[in-house]
Amino acid sequence: MLKLNIHNYFLRHLQVMLYSLGQLWRTPAATTMTVLVIGIALALPAGLYVLLKNVEQVSSQWDEASQISLFLHHNTPDQRGKQLAEQLLTWPDINAVHYQSAKDSLAEFRDLSGLDSLLDTLPDNPLPPVIIIQPEASQHENEALQSLLDRLQNMQEVELAKLDMEWLQRLRSINEAGERGISILAILLSLSVLLVIGNTIRLAILNRQTEIRVIKLVGGTNAFVRRPFLYTGFWYGLLGGAIAWLTLLLTLLFVSGPVNRLASLYDSQFTLNWLGGQMFIALPLFGLVLGVLGAWLAVGRHLNDIEPT
Amino acid sequence: MIRFSEVYKRYPNQHEALSGLSFELEKGEMAFLTGHSGAGKSTLLKLIALIERSSHGQVWVNNQNLTRLPKWKIPYYRRKIGLVFQDHNLLHDRTVFDNVALPLIIAGENHREIGRRVRAALDKVGLLGKERSLPIALSGGEQQRVGIARAVVNRPPVLLADEPTGNLDPDLSREIMFLFEQFNQVGVTVFIASHDLELINSMSHRQITLHQGRLA
Repeated sequence: MLKLNIHNYFLRHLQVMLYSLGQLWRTPAATTMTVLVIGIALALPAGLYVLLKNVEQVSSQWDEASQISLFLHHNTPDQRGKQLAEQLLTWPDINAVHYQSAKDSLAEFRDLSGLDSLLDTLPDNPLPPVIIIQPEASQHENEALQSLLDRLQNMQEVELAKLDMEWLQRLRSINEAGERGISILAILLSLSVLLVIGNTIRLAILNRQTEIRVIKLVGGTNAFVRRPFLYTGFWYGLLGGAIAWLTLLLTLLFVSGPVNRLASLYDSQFTLNWLGGQMFIALPLFGLVLGVLGAWLAVGRHLNDIEPT
Repeated sequence: MIRFSEVYKRYPNQHEALSGLSFELEKGEMAFLTGHSGAGKSTLLKLIALIERSSHGQVWVNNQNLTRLPKWKIPYYRRKIGLVFQDHNLLHDRTVFDNVALPLIIAGENHREIGRRVRAALDKVGLLGKERSLPIALSGGEQQRVGIARAVVNRPPVLLADEPTGNLDPDLSREIMFLFEQFNQVGVTVFIASHDLELINSMSHRQITLHQGRLA
């Protein structure tokens, strides 16, 4: 008997679920508009989140490439410089070194700047010899890097040890600010989804006041009255989430060509990762949670006002 | 089955609809509730259906003290009361079958049982062939019979009707009253508010007459 009741209970839920979907199907224009509003409101923060994740991914690649430039004193002979480089290579926290003599530096600068004639007028080479150091991958923690930097700075031949990190830290700060901004945007847009669904359900309730009264007269509980509206919210949220996913997919397909071309111009291995699988689960799930919640709030407010008279 | 003990009902506008009303209806009894409009007939039925609550005094139905019934239990209580209204209160976007099935769906009956009992109820009111029609396609008398089928489909021990023949011509009214008598004959307690004295007097049932909220 109990088993039969449970069976009936689920059958009943399934029926209400399909009935609610049928009701939405019968008003395609209104349903489409509501679902689109929800979809766009969900797609916006999701898109920004994907953007942020990609920027993070790129900056973590750069992180690997962080390097220390060791400017030696001007008068250090090449011989000593090379020796020093080989010595540094034996340090456990250094992965690779590259020695660049003052002459090489000048040649490189000549190449890159195009200031040939101007450089010719200089009495002697103003550039120092440089050792470019690749720290060991495990040494990327800020403190370890700082200690390595200090040790390098204190060496006799070294004029200046410079870590090319500042701009990376700036980028991180910008990222962090962006993350917070997106969080707030996501909260506000979720709230608007909640309100849109709540208001739509409110109108549906007002349209069906007579029905609700009759159901209550023949012994319908509040839960029974509430159920179809909750499923309506469920469908709105689920479909809105699906639309958001599609919007995201199309947008990223649209921009992925230029972005990947840009990346290849920078010789980067980067490809746009649009988190498709993750979003395929997250967006509809988030949508339906908001949908049911919005419906619940709306029904809760209005259910008790509608009593038989 | 139904017992009123010193029942008062005062509305927020200070209008006193019932003043110290006491009476009792036996199990399986059929009775008419009469009186002029405004005498308190509808209020009395609303107290039994728990659409309203008494301001004072106690109402007992089926050995249950309604004054003490918590709000969340009201739906379960109403499932044991069949209600018939003057304006039928049918849902016009659903078929006759679905209208009659509503109390059974609410009670969580299974599919096969619903079909069986809805057809039995429609058979009893003589509308078996109309189960796929929409209420709007039926005459007033037929709509009222759908309302009655819905009221009896879950076999309640008590059947209440508020002016069930109010909009019907004399012949149809007589048919409807005859239908109520049939339910009474199988043991249902029937209580009908009506001001159709000519019809009521032609039937030999107890009459409870209200005058300004008291027994006349």
